[in-house]
Amino acid sequence: MDGKRRHWTPTHKVPIKKLDTFTWRIPQEYKPGMRVPGVVFADDELLEKMKTDRTLEQCANVAHLPGIYKHAITLPDGHEGYGFPIGGVAATDFDEGVLSPGGVGYDINCGVRLLTTNLTEHDLRPKLADLTNTIFKNVPCGLGSRRKDFIIKMDELDRLVTEGVSWLVEQGMGWKEDAEHCEEKGSMESANPDKVSNTAKKRGTTQIGTLGSGNHFLEIQKVDKIYNPTVAKAFGINNVGQITVMIHCGSRGYGHQICSDYLRIMERAVDKYKISLPDRELACSPGNTKEAGDYFQAMSCAVNYAFVNRQAITYWVRQGFEQVFRQPAETFNLQLVYDVAHNIAKIEEHDIEGKRKKVWTHRKGATRAFPPNSPEIPSDYRDFGQPVIIPGSMGSSSWLLVGTKKSMEVSFGSTAHGAGRMMSRSAAKRKFWGGDIKRALEKRGIIVRAASAVVLAEEADPAYKNVDKVVDVSNKLGIATHVVRLLPMAVVKG
Amino acid sequence: MSISYVNYRILKEPRKGTLICTFITLQGSRLSKGKFEFFEHTADIIIVAHGETLEEAFENAALATFEVMTDTKKIEGESRETVEVDGFDHEALLYNWIETLLVRFETTGNIYSEFTVKKIQKTDSGYKLKAILLGEKFDPKKHPSKVGVKAITYHRMKITQTLHKSNVRFVLDI
Repeated sequence: MDGKRRHWTPTHKVPIKKLDTFTWRIPQEYKPGMRVPGVVFADDELLEKMKTDRTLEQCANVAHLPGIYKHAITLPDGHEGYGFPIGGVAATDFDEGVLSPGGVGYDINCGVRLLTTNLTEHDLRPKLADLTNTIFKNVPCGLGSRRKDFIIKMDELDRLVTEGVSWLVEQGMGWKEDAEHCEEKGSMESANPDKVSNTAKKRGTTQIGTLGSGNHFLEIQKVDKIYNPTVAKAFGINNVGQITVMIHCGSRGYGHQICSDYLRIMERAVDKYKISLPDRELACSPGNTKEAGDYFQAMSCAVNYAFVNRQAITYWVRQGFEQVFRQPAETFNLQLVYDVAHNIAKIEEHDIEGKRKKVWTHRKGATRAFPPNSPEIPSDYRDFGQPVIIPGSMGSSSWLLVGTKKSMEVSFGSTAHGAGRMMSRSAAKRKFWGGDIKRALEKRGIIVRAASAVVLAEEADPAYKNVDKVVDVSNKLGIATHVVRLLPMAVVKG
Repeated sequence: MSISYVNYRILKEPRKGTLICTFITLQGSRLSKGKFEFFEHTADIIIVAHGETLEEAFENAALATFEVMTDTKKIEGESRETVEVDGFDHEALLYNWIETLLVRFETTGNIYSEFTVKKIQKTDSGYKLKAILLGEKFDPKKHPSKVGVKAITYHRMKITQTLHKSNVRFVLDI
């Protein structure tokens, strides 16, 4: 019955040509409006999966954006999104090209941060259940939850989003080195709260310092394998069995509302500037217009909001260690390795056809992966490259990689961002039962605390692609290479 | 996609001669007050809500959205709120209607299970609707937490109307 409603080209009909083991091309001739070809980085199996939904069609649609350079990129974790596929990169000319909120997504700066400790699996095991329970209590997660002792007023919110992580550190909720180890040093200077609606601000004040639900999580992990000891050491990882903590969440209702508000504005801009697009969700405005400038300033606020959100959660994680071990967090050296954005637009410079060009880089479900010596990365990592954090699905491995020169050549300094869904939420719910998923994980020694049993079923590991395969493509292509593989010991879900 | 992809289908007060098939999901959603279906989408949820009129389809779209987040049968209609929404076309009106409800939930902490959409009216700049919402404060002890909704999207949105039947289809970002 749904066949009748289908008004799109089945993706298996999108022409695609294999260029080498992991590189595929959708020819520019596929659709008359395409300005560049589409490029997909995937192995045979990952590509087959992309053919089952609209990923490839959406990749071809992104290639329609005015001012797009080289190619529209889909990364190995790519799957169907809205307008843009999730797991994609597009760079457009700063002046002649367009900026599109859809190329960032609703959850602006949905991202991930990784903390290290000096504890080992052996040290933590006896206290693991206690620590997980404490963190689950400390960090608000699931529908409608929040901390009663962390109230941000409207005027404080404007300062928070203008100054980013260092604002929260000033309030005593962080260590002074935390901001340095975030992408953009935890604050985009372009943030301007005057460009953010009151509705977004209202949503922002009620949700700051919350994990959210869906695919967002907090994990206590152990180092499973070290692939690159020199770089691992620079990132603070010295031995197998070392404990790490990973936090994955975004800008909550604040970012969602900003995206929504500006999609409306961009829809009008599409008419005003007579831009022809194959999909309403690709709405955009030329980079040199007020619409684009305003969106970028508002988006930057949401980016900073998300950095602060993860910083607040970090504070409560550190507190959790203190409560359980009855020692200051400094004793465990709970250092921030790095905090990266997965949904973001940036003003960057890239070498394109032999010329240095200023571009809008859209990363929608993609991680920046800058090489050694990039001025944008923290000084203590500059000899090695930018840390790239790729979370896996619940119960599976996660990865710490490092950015390379190759990523600048082929993917505008970007790589994948996660496993990428394989099964729909409803299919996962039909197949799995939250309670069974929890028991199966606990059998493997992984403790699970979740606000919702439904989320456990929807987020079950088999509903996702194998993150190791996604990362393997990135590693073999050389756009971000293996450093450390991490395995979960405890999972906190919204 | 075939019918086997339908997650569950819930029909309101069956009319004579209507064949009802009810697919019950694992988490135990049973016959509910609404009239909507959930369809497959790789990352998110597609909702198709039905009604004899467009107003009724909008009411059921709202109910479906809250059913994604919690069990709407556990919500009691203690508080009564009125909202007004406009949009330059029916699609924008649907988008703004669902967004208004999500914003209400996040800013007031109230969740709703009964929606009365008064006549959708044509205006100079498009369409507008007035609605009454019945609900209460969200209480995690009383209302089971399913999954939070980030936003409604225009992705695959479709509104169809015939003389006695209206359907609205939209995707929620989870």
